[in-house]
Amino acid sequence: MSILDQPPSSSQLSSSSMAGGGMTRRQAWGLFWLLAAALVAWLVFAVWPDWLNAILISKKAFVSAILNGITLAGLYFLVASGFTLIFGLMRNVNLAHGSLYLLGAYIGYEVANRTGYWLLGVASGFIVLAAVGVVMQIFVFRRLEGDDLRQTLVSIGISIVAADLMLAVWAGGTYQIAVPEWLDGALTLPVITAVRSNGASVFLTYPLYRLVVLAAAIVIGVGLWLMLNKTRVGMMIRAGVDDRAMLSASGVNVHAVFAIVFAVGAGLAGFAGVVGGSALSVAPGEDVRYLLASLVVVIVGGMGSISGAAIGALLIGLAEQIGLVYFPTYGIVLTFVIMVVALAVRPRGIMGKAR
Amino acid sequence: MRIHRRTLLALALATGLTAPSLALAADDGIKIGLLATFEGPFTVLGEDGERGAMTAVEEVGGKVAGKTIEIVKGSSDASPDSAVRAARKLVEQDGVKVLVGPLSGDEGLAVKDYAKTQPTVTFINGTSAAQDTTLRNPAENFFRFSTDGAQWMAGLGTYAFNDKGYKKVATVAEDYSFPYTQVFGFMAEFCKAGGKVPSKSWVPIGNKDYSSVIAAIPDDVDAIYVALGGADAVNFLTQYQQSGGTAPLIGGSITVDQTVLTSKGKLRDVLIGTPAAGPTADTNDSPSWMKFLEQYKKQPGAFPSPSLFAHGYYVNMKAALLALEQAGGDVSDGGAKLRDALSKLSFDTPTGKVSLDKNRNAIADIFLTEVTEGADGNLLNKLVKVVSQVNQTLGIPEDEFMKLGAVNRDNPSCP
Repeated sequence: MSILDQPPSSSQLSSSSMAGGGMTRRQAWGLFWLLAAALVAWLVFAVWPDWLNAILISKKAFVSAILNGITLAGLYFLVASGFTLIFGLMRNVNLAHGSLYLLGAYIGYEVANRTGYWLLGVASGFIVLAAVGVVMQIFVFRRLEGDDLRQTLVSIGISIVAADLMLAVWAGGTYQIAVPEWLDGALTLPVITAVRSNGASVFLTYPLYRLVVLAAAIVIGVGLWLMLNKTRVGMMIRAGVDDRAMLSASGVNVHAVFAIVFAVGAGLAGFAGVVGGSALSVAPGEDVRYLLASLVVVIVGGMGSISGAAIGALLIGLAEQIGLVYFPTYGIVLTFVIMVVALAVRPRGIMGKAR
Repeated sequence: MRIHRRTLLALALATGLTAPSLALAADDGIKIGLLATFEGPFTVLGEDGERGAMTAVEEVGGKVAGKTIEIVKGSSDASPDSAVRAARKLVEQDGVKVLVGPLSGDEGLAVKDYAKTQPTVTFINGTSAAQDTTLRNPAENFFRFSTDGAQWMAGLGTYAFNDKGYKKVATVAEDYSFPYTQVFGFMAEFCKAGGKVPSKSWVPIGNKDYSSVIAAIPDDVDAIYVALGGADAVNFLTQYQQSGGTAPLIGGSITVDQTVLTSKGKLRDVLIGTPAAGPTADTNDSPSWMKFLEQYKKQPGAFPSPSLFAHGYYVNMKAALLALEQAGGDVSDGGAKLRDALSKLSFDTPTGKVSLDKNRNAIADIFLTEVTEGADGNLLNKLVKVVSQVNQTLGIPEDEFMKLGAVNRDNPSCP
């Protein structure tokens, strides 16, 4: 249910219809968001006065941190959406999800390096990992069906074994997947960061590739939404999320649906591995890092919800980057403060629903 | 119940497997603990450290004072608690009386504190290079034949200011004791020469995404001093290149080490011409270095040229073996003879003479280098200048040096 767009609940409806004179609650919120959007637009496009520069280091630093936060969120979303999808349907906390990310990155590196085609590397990251996901589902998780704790423990085991196997094959070095020429370099954005004394404007430059990552995340997010809401498979998945037993009773092959979800989830992790490995780098330990990131993202956003994963990823990505620039020592804490606050206010995550 | 029985069986098996090795170790061998980072972000560095240590062991044919050397490995992940855990395991379970390691700065500080609780065990550093491991509140039984991070910077600040003409430099470094020490060593000279450091960025170790850090570096600096290691350095340099950065770089000792120079990717474009300083130089052509190079290359998976980790572990292991030889391989007296031999030890390493000061910290030669492309396309640190016999106080009288205060994020400062 949580994957669906939620219809406005009855309490909201009644409160807005009952408030007679003055502003309704919805109008107040609208005004608030409008003001917030105006403030952001001003921060991004206006030339900053000196006092603001003094507080926030420089406009370049601030706007870059925001952009980086958003593009990092795109990457986190790619990893976390698969994680949350698998959880939503199968109640299986797949703690080997980070290993899928890292394996995808290594495979993408090998393919891109040998063939010279980066896109081929990205495609192979998705396809190979989707296959791995299906194999994991059929040979491991299906055997432990209904036993959530065991599935989780087995997935921890898989992640440890996988980490050591990958260390054996690819050693401990740092790999960088080379981005093709047409995606490389920096783009000049129509954002003025400063004005030189001779009146010339300094525009913000930003790596093109990171914008591509963001675009890819948005396209995939929209694609996932369409798949879940407009296709037959999506319908089955949604039905499965709500009531697995009922879906299977109505004649649907639940195992096939599970396998598809696992394939998509694992494939997305592999895809994110190649894309992320090109933006950042590939090294042992990345698996744990992305597992932790996607855990935090889905805990904040709500387990099992795609839109929750998007919101969570955005919050965590922005927090991480802003923390890194403005208070590097305590930046890490910020991420977890968000998690704690989210859990305190909405124990099931921002978009989570009681089951 | 079945699981319970199985666990018992596994335990019994495990005991059976380990017991004979414990019994064997009791007779005529000598156990040396080797503590390095075989996991985590510094895995590659730890592996090269091991190659260095094994080079020293193989040089003496695996025997010291007639006893067979048995190396017991301990693994940490560069965090201080993991280093102490590994050291405890080596000392308290495996019963080593001589321990070589650890690799990283904070680990060194933690192991030094642990050393105080084990007075009968002799600790010899690996490559950890935080200043206060030996300068303030040292441990009687902790020896460092590799120099510290500030010593490694000898000559670089002056070179950057005078020869390169950089007047304003921003620094980017990891947020722990070793990079503090490196930045201290660089700034000690650079600020004294008249240079300014308007911005210092401290990033968490293991950080991946540096683009925001890069954006926060002021536009008007002449160069950026980078003290990052391993994967962190690779990430920073790649993203710096991607973001179209143009300011030249100055390297910390492990930023332009072989562990980084051999990485695959486009970062080589931004690295060529980067000056740096450290305890080794790849194009050193002295006979002793060439001999070391030859020995080192016999190790499996060796780099084209030994990293400073291989060098540091080699020098410290070598010191351990020389002193053990002098003590007749006898550590039954709580290591007193061994420690006595160590503190008087002065020997020739592949990089020149090394001896200890009263805090048991090394006085040795430091190499000023610049990254160039070798004939075979590998990137190398070309030797520019040797700064001979640098001590821990960088030539400044000790009381004056102590007044500069302990290194941290804000000390030194010259904006």
